[in-house]
Amino acid sequence: MADRAQPIGPGGAFGVAVAAAIPFVILVTTGAILWVAEPGEGLGGADLAALRFTLWQALLSALISVSLAVPVARALARQVFWGRNLLVTLLGAPFLLPVIVAIFGLLAVFGRGGVLNAALTGLGLEPVSIYGLHGVVLAHVFFNLPLATRLILQGWQDIPSERFRLAATLGMDARAVNRHLEHPMLRQVVPSATLVIFVLCTTSFAVALTLGGGPKATTVELAIYQAVRFEFDLSRAAMLSLVQLMITVVVALLALRLVRQAGFRPGIDRQRRRWDGGTGIIRAQDGVVLTGVTVFLLLPITLVLLRGVAEIPGLPGVVWASALRSLGVALCSTILVVVMSVAMSVAATRLGRFSRWVETAGLMAVAASPLVLGTGLFVLVHPIIDPGRLALPVTALVNALVTLPFALRAILPACKTIEDDFGRLATSLNLTGWARLRLLVLPRLRRPIWFSAGLAAALSMGDLGVIALFADPDGATLPLQVYRLMGAYRMDDAAGASVLLLLLSFTLFWVFDRRARDVEP
Amino acid sequence: MRFPILGVGLMLLASAAAANDLPELTVMTYDSFVADWGPGPAVEEAFEKTCECDLKFVSAGDGAALLARIRLEGTRSETDVVLGLDTNLTAEAASTGLFAPHGLGVPEFDLPVAWDDDTFLPYDWGYFAFVHETALQPAPGSLRDLADSDLQVVIQDPRSSTPGLGLLLWAKAAFGDDAPAFWSDMADNIVTVTPGWSEAYGMFLEGEADMVLSYTTSPAYHLIAEGDDSKKAASFAEGHYMQIEVAGKLAATDQPELADRFLRFMMSDGFQNIIPTTNWMYPAVVPETGLPEGYETLIEPKASLLFSAKEAQSLRGAALDEWLTALSQ
Repeated sequence: MADRAQPIGPGGAFGVAVAAAIPFVILVTTGAILWVAEPGEGLGGADLAALRFTLWQALLSALISVSLAVPVARALARQVFWGRNLLVTLLGAPFLLPVIVAIFGLLAVFGRGGVLNAALTGLGLEPVSIYGLHGVVLAHVFFNLPLATRLILQGWQDIPSERFRLAATLGMDARAVNRHLEHPMLRQVVPSATLVIFVLCTTSFAVALTLGGGPKATTVELAIYQAVRFEFDLSRAAMLSLVQLMITVVVALLALRLVRQAGFRPGIDRQRRRWDGGTGIIRAQDGVVLTGVTVFLLLPITLVLLRGVAEIPGLPGVVWASALRSLGVALCSTILVVVMSVAMSVAATRLGRFSRWVETAGLMAVAASPLVLGTGLFVLVHPIIDPGRLALPVTALVNALVTLPFALRAILPACKTIEDDFGRLATSLNLTGWARLRLLVLPRLRRPIWFSAGLAAALSMGDLGVIALFADPDGATLPLQVYRLMGAYRMDDAAGASVLLLLLSFTLFWVFDRRARDVEP
Repeated sequence: MRFPILGVGLMLLASAAAANDLPELTVMTYDSFVADWGPGPAVEEAFEKTCECDLKFVSAGDGAALLARIRLEGTRSETDVVLGLDTNLTAEAASTGLFAPHGLGVPEFDLPVAWDDDTFLPYDWGYFAFVHETALQPAPGSLRDLADSDLQVVIQDPRSSTPGLGLLLWAKAAFGDDAPAFWSDMADNIVTVTPGWSEAYGMFLEGEADMVLSYTTSPAYHLIAEGDDSKKAASFAEGHYMQIEVAGKLAATDQPELADRFLRFMMSDGFQNIIPTTNWMYPAVVPETGLPEGYETLIEPKASLLFSAKEAQSLRGAALDEWLTALSQ
């Protein structure tokens, strides 16, 4: 496509404005934080401990997730069995699972009164506690083991099938296949998977909020929340936000240096078949690994469902009110994400070689941690209006910004393909501006748009982050309400509300994603 | 509720209607006060019988978080009365300038100390204590014993919770400059630090810990409400730190007369009668009927400790830093 294939037009200008708005929001919030922070006070021992804990738990979570994911991905790659596709789909589910629901489930399994400790005490062993570092890491592994598995499985699938055929012809056993094919692939894929998970865990808030063990297990994000909500010390919150920003920036730079594209040349894309997964021992070993991971992922959620389903009809009015609030936030955030990502994608395609700027603006949102954005916005609005009144709009906005990169990844390439395929024809027909968008682009973008909408809605529905910072006592969203019910020791209501939250999140995703699937390819 | 959404709608309508007819008094308090089993529902019913108003409780975490909330809301706050601070926070709260002097005549309080605060009024008091199952034998006999033991305890965060702050000052009163050493020794006994009392007590009941930071009066709840005598408060040799819980009127209230009426009601039998069997604390003014049966079984501290409001304010910052530093290692 030539540079500036078509005039930027009002739609494109809107997209550029949106793209510019993101760094603007980030800069303004950072500016507000810098304005309030009083560097003279410096960081206390507890703040340094929070920094250390944030990095340490993220490192442990990433290393454990990835080392467990390698055998799981290997088993999935070399075994064919009934339910394999279902299991791979299941591995995608934790991404959409509201964190607070998963924690409720993990408590049912690993808490003092949980299944595991019942078994341990039954065997005469000491019970284990879920609170503190190991609880935080456990929850992070629960969320990230599936992600790591999918990333690494992708690596396996990128090994051309001819190589496995060749390996089988040469009579290689599992060990030899590992040495010649899998090990080189893992050396490329594992570091980047580890880094991705490390990044995700450095901005952990809800997990540390619920499973942290006091000052010893406090992440920087949690410390920000405590500074605002416990002490109303905005300058301290701002200092901690700067620390969090530094973590994200350093890690992002590291990621850019470290993550390289995998280097297998493409094969001729024939059907994949493995010859090295056949022996009894290997099949048994893979079976154990896959059963283990399935139980680990399904048991907590099953326990939440079992405990909570019957409680739903009797849930108090405040829970339903918070569910309505959450649905409102999720829908607003979804609309924001779709409008922003479509506008930015259209602008990026029209801008030709300047399109990278738009993409970079979208990526900046990845680096912004929700609590840091939230603190900045809090500092900005506090002198003007009670932040509690803005809790829901701010939550919708921050959720949208955080989901935007995922939506852009789906919509932007599709948008470019449309322009490449039909752009010249459309231009020759003088199809420009709004008509071009309506007749050419939007109908062909329906699939990624609906998918992104589903993602945005589910993620926003389950989010427990900024809302905790802003919400006033009677303005909770459903995830915050679940947290409060757990805190008030109303476990039956908490279980019911968790199931409600789970159902709403997945229904939202399913409703939107089904529309994406309905679209003819 | 069978038709929940309809129910929510009706509730909203109902509250809108109520707001039209009657003046509304908003009282901000801690979570356990408004729990179904807490004093909130009974107090609301009793006060609304006489006040021709709509009393609305808003909960915002535990006691110490209330102060952060009020500072956050500032003069914009729609809250009229804050109920649930204690004397460890009153000096700090008064220095925000957000509270108004109560200006009321006060009754004879049944408190262990003389009351001369012109902004805040007490409604109940008690002693902090670690509560455990009677089956736990031998229970530790002092804070020092506890720190040296292998027992697992749940405590509250002093930044958000008044019991948490109470323990901080308890350690300060008992150990003075050696408090950091006490906290270092306690670090391995602490399962977790919760933001509020409700979370901690819930975890203890769920079996997540051997002991929980609560009050000498907590076993009365199990005894009186549940007929269960399996919970006990451990008596500590250093003495027990005292808590006097207070309420105060915000300067920016739009219902000053109603707020005054509420504060007067708070010190009367109508309110004080409710306290011992819902908030499970000693009433600030013992009602005519006396304390409920069962309270005589509670332990009496060997010594009671309490810093004045001013001392607590000046000690708090440094004590908090010591606590954070010791527990974050």
